[in-house]
Formats: sequence, structure tokens, C-alpha cells
Amino acid sequence: MPQIRMTVNGKEVSGEVEGRTLLVQFLRDHLGLTGTHVGCDTTQCGACTVHVNGRAMKSCTLLAAHADGADVTTIEGLADGDTLHPMQEAFREHHALQCGFCTPGMVMSAIGLVKDNPKMSEKDVRHGLEGNICRCTGYHNIVEAILDAQTKMGA
Amino acid sequence: MYDFNYQRASSLDDAKSKFSGADDARYMAGGMTLLPVLKQRLDQPSDVVDLGFLDDLKGISEDGGNLVIKAMSVHHAVNTSDTVKSKIPALAHLAGTIGDPMVRNRGTIGGSLANNDPAASYPSAVLALNATVHTDSRTIAADDFFTGMFDTALNEGELITSVSFPIPEKAGYCHFPNPASRYPIVGVFVAKTADGPRVAVTGAGACVFRVPEMEQALASNWSADAVANVKCSADGLNEDIHASPEYRAHLITVMAKRAIEAAG
Repeated sequence: MPQIRMTVNGKEVSGEVEGRTLLVQFLRDHLGLTGTHVGCDTTQCGACTVHVNGRAMKSCTLLAAHADGADVTTIEGLADGDTLHPMQEAFREHHALQCGFCTPGMVMSAIGLVKDNPKMSEKDVRHGLEGNICRCTGYHNIVEAILDAQTKMGA
Repeated sequence: MYDFNYQRASSLDDAKSKFSGADDARYMAGGMTLLPVLKQRLDQPSDVVDLGFLDDLKGISEDGGNLVIKAMSVHHAVNTSDTVKSKIPALAHLAGTIGDPMVRNRGTIGGSLANNDPAASYPSAVLALNATVHTDSRTIAADDFFTGMFDTALNEGELITSVSFPIPEKAGYCHFPNPASRYPIVGVFVAKTADGPRVAVTGAGACVFRVPEMEQALASNWSADAVANVKCSADGLNEDIHASPEYRAHLITVMAKRAIEAAG
């Protein structure tokens, strides 16, 4: 069984996993980081989005062994103590969630989008969210929050 | 997902040796198709050989009149590469239409071509641009590479190392995406190459194919009007809940016109 070691939210972690263990299973079941959600488990909904070496990826479609040596950031690693990340704060301000299930993935994806293009239009944001599904259909406020956070992150 | 023996390749030779040493191995490039297939238990390999750590297989460069994209380059890299955007902007555009941002951060051009999904985007570019697929042992012309549904000219264990695209005079890509999966229901790539116009269609049939009637029409008149009256036969085209063969046949002409307009 593969022995893996990686940095998750700034901390060195290690473990023994099966070849088939997914990164999201390692995060949730081995490390107890249950903020990363499994929605569809078929690479479509984006609830499991985390950052691997600075890029947004769907952790339900990534082997834990493949992330060996990687720098991983999950939703738990965004806030600085009690101070929320500007994207989290914007989601709170704009009430960009209803049930909240998709929110961790939405936030992680959104940060990735802003990193790639800090001057997104509303259309860019909507296009960029193609890989994240909100079944409460709360997209309007999510888009508003991301546009607001984009301004604050650039300030 | 059934369990398998995970093996990490440390070099191209190591990958081939691990593959051939296993009972029934699969290579994994980005895993954007392989992992969903395994999760659905549609396949049960004994071993998965991970190519993801082979940094030598990543990179994009210009070599003479060719744009060379190494096999493990992810779609995001192709989409945002200044070299691709300046030499073959239609290819950069195509890469940006695949899946979603997270998929584009993982999926690779080599994996897409080796898988040859009937609705994959890249095969249309490779065929229309008359590209050459380089493997660990030989080169394969685009016209010989795609042999059928999920089938290619690759031998068992043979690995794609790069794809070289002759830089065309102009090229364009337009697709009609399935709104859920984002795969093209029909995608058409057109290119004005040194060997004349080439038109390749993905999503419509079992495998990417060229449209000689459109290529002939474009040879004498490179314009959307030239293909507007070329009607494709619905015979043998894909039929599913998303679109009938007749609808797909109609879309080929519509997408071809738009691709030519995009090419300019």
C-alpha cells in the first residue's frame, strides 16, 4: 500500500492508503477534514474542490497517492484564526448560500478563478463556475459574492 | 472502485517496464476519464501506472513551423500558453472549452488522444491541423491515428510523448456543447493548411472524421458560404437522448460555418 506524505493547510501529514484511495477520502476519513464535501462523486458538481499545488482540482477524481508530495489547501485552511478569507467573508455578506453543501467547493473554485483572472466580468464568473453545481439554484448571490471578493482581493 | 496496485512511473522507460510487468495495467495521465471509469466499476485493472510525475512530458514549444505540445500538458496550459495563443489561437480556444476549470487543471492532451472518446475535443484539432502524434517508438500521422470508437493506432503499452501541429495559415473551432457534460454534441475544427483546407468533426460519429465535400468547397472559396450548402448525411451518426443523427448532421454544417467565421 502506498505511503504518502503531503502538506495540508500548512501542516505536514502522512499516511498509508490503498491505491484506490481518493484524495477526498484521505482528507475526510484519514485527516478528519470534513469541510471538503462529496456531492456527486462523478467529477461534475465541484463540492470536493481543493487546491493542489495552487490549482483548483476535484479531489473526488484524484488519487491520494497522486497528491504525494503536494501542497494541498482545503476550505479549513483559508481563514486566519477568526478572520475569514475575503472570499468566505463575501459569501457571508452576500448570503451566497442556502443549504451550504456546495459552498466549500464554490469558495475554493472561486479563489482559483480570481487567481487566474482578477478582472472577471459577471459572464466570466458564470462561465468559470461551470464545474460547480448548486442545487438550491442560488447562483445569483454566489456570482455577486465572487465579484465583490474579487475587488477586495485585488485591493 | 475495485482496488489496484498503484505504481508511480519515474521515467518513460520505467512506465513502460511497469506496464509490461503487470498482469493487466492501465496508464493514468490526468485520470479525468480513467478514474470515473474505475469508480463505476466499468474496468478492473490489476495495476495503474501513474504518469503524473513525468515532468519531462510537460511543455509547449515552437519548433520550426510546428507547435509541439508534450503529452502531459494539461488543458489549462494549452488554453493559456502565449505560444499557442499566438500560433494557433483556435487550439488555445478549444482547450478552454473542455470540461470545467478543475478538469482543465488535470486533464492532458495525451490522455485525451489515447482515450479517443467519440466526443472528445482534441481529436478534431489533431485531424484538421494534420498533426503528427509522437510516441515512445514512432510517429503516427493524424489520418492514421484515430481508428474507431475509443480506439487508436497505439499498440498495447505504447505511450504518446508529444503532438506536433503544423502551424496553419488560419484555423477555427466551434462546438455545440451538451449543457450538462460540456462535451461537444458536435464540434468542428477547420484549418487552412499548407496541404489545403481540412475539416474535422467530433461528437457526431463513432470517431472523429473529415468532411471531404467541405474541404473541396473551401479549396476554391474559403468562406462560410462555401460550406453552407454542403449537407452531411445522417447515416451512421450518433443517436442518443441529446440529439438525433439528423440533428447532428445539420449541426455539422452550422458549426462548420461558425468555425470558418471564427478563423477569419
